[in-house]
Amino acid sequence: MFAIDPLLESVDGSAVLIVLLKVVVAFAALMIAVMAMVWFERKVVARMQNRLGPNVAGPFGILQTLADGVKLFFKEDLLPREADRPVFRLAPYLSLVPAFLVFVVVPLGGDFSNDRHGVVSWFGKETLVQVADPHIGILFVLAMSSMAVYGVMLAGWSSGSKYPLLGSVRAAAQMISYEAALGLSLLAVLLNSGSLSTNEIVSGQSGWNWNLWATGVVPFIVFFIAATAELNRPPFDLVEAEQELVGGFHTEYSSLRFALFFLAEFMNTITMSAVIVTLFLGGPNGPSFGPGWLQAILPTVWFLAKLLVFLFVFVWLRGTLPRLRYDQLMDLGWKLLIPLALGWFLLLAAFKIGQDEGWNRAVVGVVGTVVILLGALLISMAVGTARARRAAVEVEA
Amino acid sequence: MSVSDIERLDAAVARLAADDSVLRLSETEAERRSGYQADTERMIMNMGPQHPSTHGVLRLVLELEGELIVRSKPVIGYLHTGMEKTGEVLTYVQGPTNVTRMDYASPLFNELVFSLATETLLGIEVPERAQWIRMLMCEVNRLSSHLLFMATNGMDLGAVSMMLYGWREREELLRFFEKVTGLRMNHNYIRPGGVAADLPDGWRDDLRSILDALPDRLDEFDTLMSGQPIWQDRLQGVGVITAEEAIALGATGPILRSTGFAWDLRRDQPYLRYDEVDFDVIVGTHGDSFDRYAIRLGEIHESMRILRQILDRMPTGDYRIQDKKVTPPPRARIDESMEALIHHFKIFTEGFKVPEGEVYVAVESPRGELGCYLVSDGGPKPYRMHIRGPSFVNLQTLPHLMRNSLIADTVAIVSSVDPIMGEVDR
Repeated sequence: MFAIDPLLESVDGSAVLIVLLKVVVAFAALMIAVMAMVWFERKVVARMQNRLGPNVAGPFGILQTLADGVKLFFKEDLLPREADRPVFRLAPYLSLVPAFLVFVVVPLGGDFSNDRHGVVSWFGKETLVQVADPHIGILFVLAMSSMAVYGVMLAGWSSGSKYPLLGSVRAAAQMISYEAALGLSLLAVLLNSGSLSTNEIVSGQSGWNWNLWATGVVPFIVFFIAATAELNRPPFDLVEAEQELVGGFHTEYSSLRFALFFLAEFMNTITMSAVIVTLFLGGPNGPSFGPGWLQAILPTVWFLAKLLVFLFVFVWLRGTLPRLRYDQLMDLGWKLLIPLALGWFLLLAAFKIGQDEGWNRAVVGVVGTVVILLGALLISMAVGTARARRAAVEVEA
Repeated sequence: MSVSDIERLDAAVARLAADDSVLRLSETEAERRSGYQADTERMIMNMGPQHPSTHGVLRLVLELEGELIVRSKPVIGYLHTGMEKTGEVLTYVQGPTNVTRMDYASPLFNELVFSLATETLLGIEVPERAQWIRMLMCEVNRLSSHLLFMATNGMDLGAVSMMLYGWREREELLRFFEKVTGLRMNHNYIRPGGVAADLPDGWRDDLRSILDALPDRLDEFDTLMSGQPIWQDRLQGVGVITAEEAIALGATGPILRSTGFAWDLRRDQPYLRYDEVDFDVIVGTHGDSFDRYAIRLGEIHESMRILRQILDRMPTGDYRIQDKKVTPPPRARIDESMEALIHHFKIFTEGFKVPEGEVYVAVESPRGELGCYLVSDGGPKPYRMHIRGPSFVNLQTLPHLMRNSLIADTVAIVSSVDPIMGEVDR
């Protein structure tokens, strides 16, 4: 029942070549996408703020990222005296590599309608339009995004400086707490699709049966907020927080090492958007029409279009919202998102069991909602009690 | 002020002295104990003088417990320019050029307070039109200063778009300044005896178009900021101070008004023609950063109200006093009149003599009570010039406002106090 890349059923020379080609193309595409994303973000945010944005390097300033990269490349690479050198040098790669790896499990194209599982035919070989499709696809995504925390945390810690240290402490707390919300909201999707493989998840969403509404929107919202926090993007960019911590974890970094962090950040934004599209918006699923060549590229076009929506929303958030404070961020994560995701998951699970056992849907709905509301009441009471107790302590002191 | 008021003030002073929020460490000691202290589990950290959100070169020495600020100490002096001392070697004619550079976000108030002090010593009253022009320019300056606050306050809290919106609006006002005074800042426009030049043609249209455009933009600020839950969470209940504490620390301006204490020199010690225009003194209730933000937003509206009245009531007449000893003659007269040539020469070389005496004059700058204390020994230069900079005095409240807050709050609090370091260090 698990979709395995049909290419790997019989491995020969051309199959190896196709795999290599896929790796190279995915790598190049991601690099170009990052370049374009940096330009896109700067341009869009500039327009939102009544500015022109980059407009000198190349047409519409599209080569600005390249120019910045070249500039950073020629800058002196400073190593602080107090830094823990091996870790300081290692950290940027720890942050960059996972960002790359997440991308390999994202299906980028292929026809998923009529149970075709996105299989396409290249050079006479049947294959999937994704670099790899492991059975544990989504767990791999979670694992890699957790790995990325190490890059940020170790960078701050090894800098031997106070602002980066504070940044890395924030990073550790923030990313670990939001990882929980991220995982819990993801459970709803897994419940719906019954598989961890990204290909299966996308196949399950063919024909407008997107997880976005199949799971009732709530997991999508929780996942999106948690993903924003996981990415350290505004309004959750406390880890960098230029106005508070100067540059946060990368304050002491310069030259190419800084560029690597910068790249990783934008790469993460793209890959996380791709993951959201895969999980909730049906990946490359979309209406198909026109001649054969158009039908072949349409799924990829749909995928990119959906991706672009999220990239724009991320930029939009940056242009609109002030930054949260550390404790407010924790409150939001632990007291709202995690209980919400968990409650919703339980409700969905109840419906699922009800379906299997043939229970009355309305009864399941009512009972489930009552139980969830009761839970919400208990949680809010617990939070209220804790707050009152803290206030009492403050009055005494 | 009744006895119970004084008792309440005394209690506030005692409370402030006892709250142990000021880090009393010398800089050398702070340097020595920099880093993590195993015995107290605290860390001393410097914020500034080079830091993106300390508004120039303010340095805060913070004693942290995790991210919680236990004690703190503002360190100043990184922008010391000796302007007060310079004031003693410049004539009263040159004075405004010097003082205008102190609070560079509201230069016209500096010029105004210096000119008013000089005029009080001289015992002269400037013509009616000059009074109204001064009022007009100061209120426009209050707008531009508060808009700058809106911009930096937004930026400090991570709402970077707000920075550019605030600056966009301020730009239009600076353009108006440029048209009237020739410069965007450091105008040297208000001088002892009146103002440097009459308002240019078309100033009414320029001002009207600004006043017509601004309210919509302010509504946008309201939508973007005031109603935004994250914004409210970040500012409400942050940096709280009571009226008594604010008075005990000498804080004025939006900080004092945010506590609900309605003190505005424009109303309580009217100068210029503020007693002839209608405006409200905006006060807060909680004394927190949000109130200080909201007060400034409200004051922008009030300033626009004043400006509309000025537009209607601007009198005609001289824009500077016709006193040959104080006001230089028009350029054309110098070619015709020997006397005019002599006056011109005397005013621009020696300056005019000011009778012996001392005076303190205060105006309501966007940051609070801006005072100028002048001592004259009868010569053409002040014997002593002292400026009571509201930013300097307001800085005193910082350790108390920041007690038990997070690093992120520090930024919000410094921003809401809105210090201009040029005025702090003078």
